[in-house]
Amino acid sequence: MNTVRCIARLDVKGPNLVKGIHLEGLRVLGRPEVFSEYYYKQGADELFYQDVVASLYERNGLHDLISKVAKFSFIPLTVGGGIRSIDDIKKMLKAGADKVAINTAAINNPSLISEAAEVFGSSTIVIAVEASKQSDGSYLAYTDNGREHTGVDAIKWAQQAAELGAGEIVVTSIDNEGTGVGFDTELINKISSTVSVPVIAHGGAGKPEHITDAIEAKANALAFASVLHYDYIANNDSSASEEEGNTEFLKKNMSFNKIKPFSIKDIKKYMHNNNIPCRTL
Amino acid sequence: MKNKDNFKLTIIDYGSSNLYSVINACKTFGIEPEVSSDHNTIKNADAVILPGVGAFNEAMSNLQRLGLIEPIKEFAQSGKPFMGICLGLHLLFERSAEFGNTEGLGLIKGSIKKFPSNMEQNFKVPQIGWNLINKADNNNWEKSPFSTIKEGAFMYFVHSFYADAEDPEVILSKTKFNDVTYCSSILKNNIFATQFHPEKSGDLGLEIYKNWFSNIIQ
Repeated sequence: MNTVRCIARLDVKGPNLVKGIHLEGLRVLGRPEVFSEYYYKQGADELFYQDVVASLYERNGLHDLISKVAKFSFIPLTVGGGIRSIDDIKKMLKAGADKVAINTAAINNPSLISEAAEVFGSSTIVIAVEASKQSDGSYLAYTDNGREHTGVDAIKWAQQAAELGAGEIVVTSIDNEGTGVGFDTELINKISSTVSVPVIAHGGAGKPEHITDAIEAKANALAFASVLHYDYIANNDSSASEEEGNTEFLKKNMSFNKIKPFSIKDIKKYMHNNNIPCRTL
Repeated sequence: MKNKDNFKLTIIDYGSSNLYSVINACKTFGIEPEVSSDHNTIKNADAVILPGVGAFNEAMSNLQRLGLIEPIKEFAQSGKPFMGICLGLHLLFERSAEFGNTEGLGLIKGSIKKFPSNMEQNFKVPQIGWNLINKADNNNWEKSPFSTIKEGAFMYFVHSFYADAEDPEVILSKTKFNDVTYCSSILKNNIFATQFHPEKSGDLGLEIYKNWFSNIIQ
């Protein structure tokens, strides 16, 4: 059976799980390990962590978090952010990650993909493509968590990354990310139709129906962030640490407009009812 | 039968593998494995795990370089519990088509082949994800560490190549991916091996470790 994976995506800044819109304006939501455990128990197929400030500081600070999570979460853990060398990958795997996601360092030095695939195997190397649609209809790739414009065509880059040995491609739509308007199906379809490795669609999920759209656009796996995090917050006590970041959002108990929170369980139920093959517990 | 405190489990270290999750799974059951490439440690172990991520030919040349081919074969033939995971299943076979033709350990008859990809049907390779394990046409399931697992359970797979076993009697489970139905685990006397990663297959995967241990530790 060819199943579709449902991945919980956690953007992390320092000790906190954060969420922005278009990868900006980060709100503090709570402690990532607490959310992780909830997603594991709900039946998430994989957990994907992104250190959103790693490229800026040129280091990934998630080693301790990953070691902690790996002790209770026996599903694949993927970690991205600031991974720049074979040594960085080694350290992250040693901390307990199963795969690493690379964007900035791979665009700057594509041969890192083939080197890393040779040492660790293709399936350990995920290439993260952050793309934004241009006025002429093309998609360009960005780095440093959507901050830096590269001028690289995102579709061609994804194809090149797959040819160099990436085991899978996670495609983030910067335009749709955090908005709840749905996945960028044009972007997903363009990339998935040209690469022979699995494609993870990320950015924009706001209601279960968006899953069907992404599957029709040939996504092989789906990553969810806002919808899951807001579902957790709606059903659990806050786990936010007060010391750091913008917690105003949590304190004011603000509501969400475009996003209707739903859980991993809701996702699996929707997929099951719509004959989309997926893992059930 | 030994108890947890004097039981010696060795995880074979031959370079490229990511061993952390296998170690973690063992620790969940109070077992502290030793990670080693030392011949005597392997020889004197009560049970051995051969893990593996990466390429077949590189793994075989690493085993060769470390002089581990004979110690692994001897251990597997000693009758003591032996578990292979992912590439650790592939290596047990006679040969692989991965990057040319490479000879394997030859403990199980058959070869390793590549999944076909088909863009029109959106059949991607590698398989990265969860898939079902179903019983083979024999009674291996009940006498294996799957005995408490329901047929059709989901396990986590990561691979581009699959095992084509010649002897149907060694097949423990079958799985279908991209129109290929293949051998997703084997059981041959003391040799137990899975294509999927039980240590990454949630609580059901851990149950497989638990069952394997409960048969060999008091």
